[in-house]
Amino acid sequence: MGATASHLGKDLLSEYQELTFLTKQEILLAHKRFTELLSREDKNLPDPRAPTEAILTLPELKSNPFRERIVRVFSTSESRDGLTFEDFLDLLSAFSDSATLEIKSHYAFRIFDFDDDGTLDEHDLEKLVNCLTGETGDTRLTPDEMKQLISNILEESDIDKDGTVNLSEFQHVISRSPDFVSSFKIVL
Amino acid sequence: MPKDHLITSENDIGIELEDSGEGCDTRNGKPTSGRKRRRRRENKKEKKKDEGRGSRNAQHAVDSGESTEKERQRKRRKDREEKAEHVQSLDKSKVNNRDFAAKNKKNLKNEKTRSKGRPKREVEEGEAKQPQRKGCAKTEENEQDTCERAGKKKGKKKHRKKVETSSEQESSEDGDKEGEGEDEEVEEEVEEVEKEVRPETLTPEELEKLKEAVDDKKKLIQALRGKPWPMKKKHSTLRESQEFLEKYEGALGKGKGRKLYAYKVMMNKKWMKFKRDFENFTTACIPWEMKIKEIESHFGSSVASYFIFLRWMYGINMILFGLTFGLVMVPEALMGRPYGSMPRKTVPRAEETNAMDFAVLWDFGGYAQYSVLFYGYYNSQRAIGWLKFRMPLSYFLVGVGTVAYSYMVVIRKMARNANETGGGDENSFNFSWKTFTSWDYLIGNPETADNKFASITTSFKEAILEEQESRKDDNIHLTRFLRVLANFLVLCCLAGSGYLIYFVVRRSQKFALEGFENHTWWERNEVNMVMSLLGMFCPMLFDVISALENYHPRVALQWQLGRIFALFLGNLYTFIIALMDEINLKRKEEDVVQFNMTMWEASLHNNTTSDNSTAPPLFTHPADVPRGPCWETMVGQEFVRLIISDTMTTYITLLIGDFLRAVLVRFLNYCWCWDLEAGFPSYSEFDVSGNVLGLIFNQGMIWMGAFYAPCLPALNVLRLHVSMYLQCWAVMCCNVPQERVFKASGSNNFYMAMLLVILFLSTLPAIYTIVTIPPSFDCGPFSGKARMFDVIQETLESDFPAWISKVFSYAANPGLVLPFMLLMVLAIYYLQSTSKSYKEANVELKKKLQMQNEENKKKNKRAALKAAMELEEARKAPFPRVAEQSYNPSHQHRRHDMADSPAGSFSSDQGRNGDDQAPFTDCRRSQPVKASASSHGRHANQGAPAGYPAGHPRQSEPARLQRVASTQRR
Repeated sequence: MGATASHLGKDLLSEYQELTFLTKQEILLAHKRFTELLSREDKNLPDPRAPTEAILTLPELKSNPFRERIVRVFSTSESRDGLTFEDFLDLLSAFSDSATLEIKSHYAFRIFDFDDDGTLDEHDLEKLVNCLTGETGDTRLTPDEMKQLISNILEESDIDKDGTVNLSEFQHVISRSPDFVSSFKIVL
Repeated sequence: MPKDHLITSENDIGIELEDSGEGCDTRNGKPTSGRKRRRRRENKKEKKKDEGRGSRNAQHAVDSGESTEKERQRKRRKDREEKAEHVQSLDKSKVNNRDFAAKNKKNLKNEKTRSKGRPKREVEEGEAKQPQRKGCAKTEENEQDTCERAGKKKGKKKHRKKVETSSEQESSEDGDKEGEGEDEEVEEEVEEVEKEVRPETLTPEELEKLKEAVDDKKKLIQALRGKPWPMKKKHSTLRESQEFLEKYEGALGKGKGRKLYAYKVMMNKKWMKFKRDFENFTTACIPWEMKIKEIESHFGSSVASYFIFLRWMYGINMILFGLTFGLVMVPEALMGRPYGSMPRKTVPRAEETNAMDFAVLWDFGGYAQYSVLFYGYYNSQRAIGWLKFRMPLSYFLVGVGTVAYSYMVVIRKMARNANETGGGDENSFNFSWKTFTSWDYLIGNPETADNKFASITTSFKEAILEEQESRKDDNIHLTRFLRVLANFLVLCCLAGSGYLIYFVVRRSQKFALEGFENHTWWERNEVNMVMSLLGMFCPMLFDVISALENYHPRVALQWQLGRIFALFLGNLYTFIIALMDEINLKRKEEDVVQFNMTMWEASLHNNTTSDNSTAPPLFTHPADVPRGPCWETMVGQEFVRLIISDTMTTYITLLIGDFLRAVLVRFLNYCWCWDLEAGFPSYSEFDVSGNVLGLIFNQGMIWMGAFYAPCLPALNVLRLHVSMYLQCWAVMCCNVPQERVFKASGSNNFYMAMLLVILFLSTLPAIYTIVTIPPSFDCGPFSGKARMFDVIQETLESDFPAWISKVFSYAANPGLVLPFMLLMVLAIYYLQSTSKSYKEANVELKKKLQMQNEENKKKNKRAALKAAMELEEARKAPFPRVAEQSYNPSHQHRRHDMADSPAGSFSSDQGRNGDDQAPFTDCRRSQPVKASASSHGRHANQGAPAGYPAGHPRQSEPARLQRVASTQRR
């Protein structure tokens, strides 16, 4: 949508400011970083799409265990990989300092919802915990521990007791958390 | 019908007379013509309606594209307005009755007929509504359609009809809101309608609606960034709304009163742009933002929180510095008497020789001591310079203001922090929080990430263990014994360090009496060095001791912090007590000096007056005049020295402990027998808690000493500025991320609480000295007064009218002060009890919520069971294929509703969460549709009941059912 590779139009910039939680400097920086991710031939396309692999090399995402999920959630393409500049801005806006709890928790839920079915069930939670404990074997939880943990989580946050955590339950839990907003941030 | 209509319009005209100021004159003269005009207009509308049908339908289509949420909002608002207007119109007509006595009878009748007619009409309207929405014209619509033309909003119909019943009055009323010229325009428009059919012409109520729509769009634009939509959708919505705005704001922006409106709109746009630019500017102005963000992304939020705290402290100190510098130091330097004019502003003869030596200046003696930097330099002259600046008063008020401002800032910050954490149920979501919120998305360093993984795993394991073994406990006696032992050891340490400091201070007093010149550098700086060393080593000792206790790490950290705090505090207070002793010593000395002084003056007097009694007093150089020890300056000097030595130790430990260690580890690693980087010395971690504590204590000393050394805030600003750069650099180049990465926010208020305690404790001695000890007789702004605060009294008496001092003395009367304090205590008690009751209510509500959920769950279960039974029956039916096709959609539709109910009820409990859930589920739903399309295909292909049992167990899950239903309905 007119995000030319070389520079952003003034109108577009102000529109982006209107539509995101980012300041002008942040948008410009994001644009700079984004164009760096593009390959040379892509830059001439009208609406270039940075491939997932390139985005994952960003230092801000490199060590994030949810990086693939994040790209998937924010991607608008059919195949769910690669981000356009606007997707990228969406991502940064949701992770920015001034974004509201609502929007942050919404995206957090979608990130944690590994099978994209709209609820967090046991499999999602297991994957989530595995992401959090890292890939190496010595930090993994044993199956027993995992089972206990998941049952505890569901006990706490599954208010309607249907065996899954849905968005409103998730937001309910998250809204009480003291440090979700301060840690759900990515800064370029 | 026509009769009813006729009467209403007449009545309305009567009402209008009263309402629409100038514009009504014409109508007043010829009510019948008004009526005629009206009817003609209606007829025209009718014609036009047929023409405009097509366009309206198109608009309807556009409208249905709008979000349902907005629709709902609008409806709600409409209902409210409707009610209000109803009441209003009734009121108006009553007023009307009173005012227009001439038409009294008629109006009364009208009123009656109207009130009778209304319910009937409303029923009709209700009937009319449905066909109307479908776009088929009905006979009774004819008059209703008068206002229909704007017809962009379906939900508005009812409102419009109501408007129509009290038509013109209402419109002129609406018009009043928009501007004075409105009424005239109504006239014009009506006339225009008579002349020609113009689709763009808008009646006032339509205008009102348009305005509403415009406002809605504006609100939408504002809320857009908070919507979890993809950018494309947001963008197109923005474009659409902006186009709408441009188009219709333009429509609003013509005519007389509308120029103002257009201007306002334009100014509003400009203002928004300015605000945005200003926001950008302020964020660009926040100092060290990029530095801190960089650190944040490498080390996580806890290290960054230290730097944010440091920056916040820097801000406070800047303001304190501004206060003291602008109101005390600069005025005295510019307008006060110059150096050398008085004894207190001159270096004494004995010190003159080495007053400029660096060693002396470094100790803040010599010329530094006799300068604006310290209390003693200030003169007690009431007003100085051509501004008649009240120096002593300003000095006193700045001292008080510093403390007051600090209290205010700290408490405000604490309250804000407390608000952010929200309070309430802290432990209820222990596990969920651990899973959902424990990752710090800012971490951009693989090493930190590894540490974080490890710490999250341990926290999980700990939590599980705690859960499992909450009742089991091993050998409680041993643990208890060890804990008691540990506390005993810590107490010993604290007492020992306290005694050491006391001893050293005593010794240094002895040295001071003997004169510092004969002693070595160590002996001169013993106190500060010992305090710094204790501050360095005791925490390590505590760390070792706390290993005995076997506490949970978080608890252990708090204990550790508490102990270090106690150590620092103890040291500080020992220091203060020693200082008090010194003050007392100085004051005794002062008495002696004062006595000597009178003797000396007398002798001087005797010498000069012996031969000539009227001779002018002999001029002695101020450096030769004997003077008192001036304990205030001494106190100030002590604090300044303490700050300096503290700063030096911090910087030096930073350089040696961090930088040198990092360099050694890095470069010796090539030629060492074990891996230095991973093994013993390794790189140092950034010690957040220790650094924060250091900062807090430093600030405490500033608060304590600032009254006697106005230069202290300036020094502190300098120190903080340097530490910002130095520590940022040190962290980035030679520290490794902490092994135990903990979240900042949990401990934030803990630090603030400590700061508050320190603030309180450090203001205590300062206030004590100000209130109880009389100031020195020959130095400082309060010399010659019995107490420092006498300056207030003096100002009240001499600078203000008498009644103010009277009021003041009354206000200070215990008879007034005591009830006031009592009132405050009562207020505090009241507020506290209300907050407690709120908390209880919260708990109560939560319980209710849970109960309701339980109930819902039960209901759902029952419903699901029933549905399953029905399904079973359907499966057993003789013609399964027909049964599936004909029965399924409705059946599953029902189940779909049921499946929705738990989520629905919950989200309605959640209130605000319900709204933005909609788009999410929408886009979510669209995906599984694709996925389940294949399953649907399978159903269709097999068709036979055999397909069902396979899918059956999965379909017990409500969410899936819903999706299948949605596909099959298509």
